Amino acid sequence: MKIPPGIPRVAVIGSGPSGLYTVAALVASGQPLHVDVIDRLPTPYGLVRYGVAPDHAKMKLVTRVLAKPFAQGNVRFVGNVEVGRDLAHGELVASYDAVVYASGTERDRRLGIAGEDRAGVLGSAEFVRWYNGHPDAATAELSLDMEQVAVVGAGNVALDVARVLGRTVSELRATDVPARVLAALDRSAVREIHILIRRGPADVKFTPAELYQLTELADADVVVHDGGAGIDDPALAEDKRVRLNLKTLRSFAETPPRGARRRIHVWFRTVPSEIIGPGRVAGIVAEQAGERFTLPVGLVVTAVGFRGAPVAGLPFSESTGIVPNRAGRVMAGPATVPGLYVAGWLKRGPNGIIGTNKPDGAETAAAVLADLAGRPVPARPDIIEVLSRRDQRLVDWAGWLRLEEHEGTLGTADGRGRVKVDDRESMLRYCWATV
Amino acid sequence: MPYVIAEACIDVMDRSCTDECPVDCIYEGGRKLYINPWECIDCGACEPACPVEAISQDRAVPDGQEAFVADSLRFFEEPLPGRAAPLGQPGGAAEFGPVGLDTDLVASYQRAG
Repeated sequence: MKIPPGIPRVAVIGSGPSGLYTVAALVASGQPLHVDVIDRLPTPYGLVRYGVAPDHAKMKLVTRVLAKPFAQGNVRFVGNVEVGRDLAHGELVASYDAVVYASGTERDRRLGIAGEDRAGVLGSAEFVRWYNGHPDAATAELSLDMEQVAVVGAGNVALDVARVLGRTVSELRATDVPARVLAALDRSAVREIHILIRRGPADVKFTPAELYQLTELADADVVVHDGGAGIDDPALAEDKRVRLNLKTLRSFAETPPRGARRRIHVWFRTVPSEIIGPGRVAGIVAEQAGERFTLPVGLVVTAVGFRGAPVAGLPFSESTGIVPNRAGRVMAGPATVPGLYVAGWLKRGPNGIIGTNKPDGAETAAAVLADLAGRPVPARPDIIEVLSRRDQRLVDWAGWLRLEEHEGTLGTADGRGRVKVDDRESMLRYCWATV
Repeated sequence: MPYVIAEACIDVMDRSCTDECPVDCIYEGGRKLYINPWECIDCGACEPACPVEAISQDRAVPDGQEAFVADSLRFFEEPLPGRAAPLGQPGGAAEFGPVGLDTDLVASYQRAG
């Protein structure tokens, strides 16, 4: 697809929800535009493919909406191209009238306790990438040969991790996890999954529907350890989300264990103080209600949120962890940087759910459109020609669709909807297969 | 388990939820908004967006308002008054535009008090 001359060109870096909602709003404006969506992976959808838990299949259907702009003639997917490695920031700026960074952030916030660097302590991003078959985690061999696991955190990611570990293999067989991950979970020796939460039941950040999902696990009981402080009365909670969560937590506390194969322990007002060895993780020391105890866990997953990482070529605020911006326009001190924009986590910080990105992307798109209006459109190089001159092979939308079709075929053969291909070499082979 | 809009939306139709819905599956009736249960992806973005707390998961609708669960399916599954065909899955509320019609339950609904 050649770019017609005389129309503004926009690059969107990152094809996750924030990037693709920005693209959708750009396209919906009806203004003459050309949009390139550049992703370092051969696959689109970012955290929808690699963050959303595998057993949240319905949520992944958001891809039906996210894919829509690629059916337009003026939107290209430029996959397998990493800005900062294959393409310099300066080249982007020279090739586009507007550049929108929507490439997110993937650093786990640290617990800040002793022993955090021991083998067997994983940030949630790494663990989630593993079970979701992210190509960067494809070589990671994770052996779940321990009986007890700790998950530290009070948000949806902590629930995802605990839930995936708590599922039976037949439950997981209905998902798209790669065969390698399914085999590792099949061999799992994990019986006790401890979710450690610093604060009380009214303070958790869970989405009520996701907390409720713990009641639906086929072979896992949920045990609440409130440290004798009880669970606040839902009727007294003003916030609806808190009220629903308290109701669910009370139902856990009131339900006697069924004698299920696994137990998910929810520990409130429990502060971890040290991860002990010797060598790799052998336990986590925590304190609840003035009492110190050690849980003999062999794996610790930290899920206490993410922190922003700076992007080469963009200003960055260490204190807020975001790229300073006004409604998506990148700011350098008091001035906006012309032609440079952010969306998603880089713009607002690592928070929110998929839906949060729709208004977020629309706001950034509105800024781009307003700034482009009436601006002259100089002749610029086509980035795809630039890349092909240096033998950088990219994945276009048709290439991604070939991989997707192959994943569907693998799924059919295995009696499920889709099986992810998770190593980069195989992914690229299917993307580039000649038909 | 899709989300459902119940009584509190009737004659309010604030529409904050439609801006939040990532799949644009909240359709506008005459007196009330309706979530398409086939298009909803269960993400929960709409629930906190509603200023009158009209939205909940289908298993958690307020006591006495359970009828709205079946009713929001009916809005899409059965032809609305004066229409020959059901709405089904239009694939996006913004493009589809306001429907302007309601189910019998909502059209004739009288608020308690």
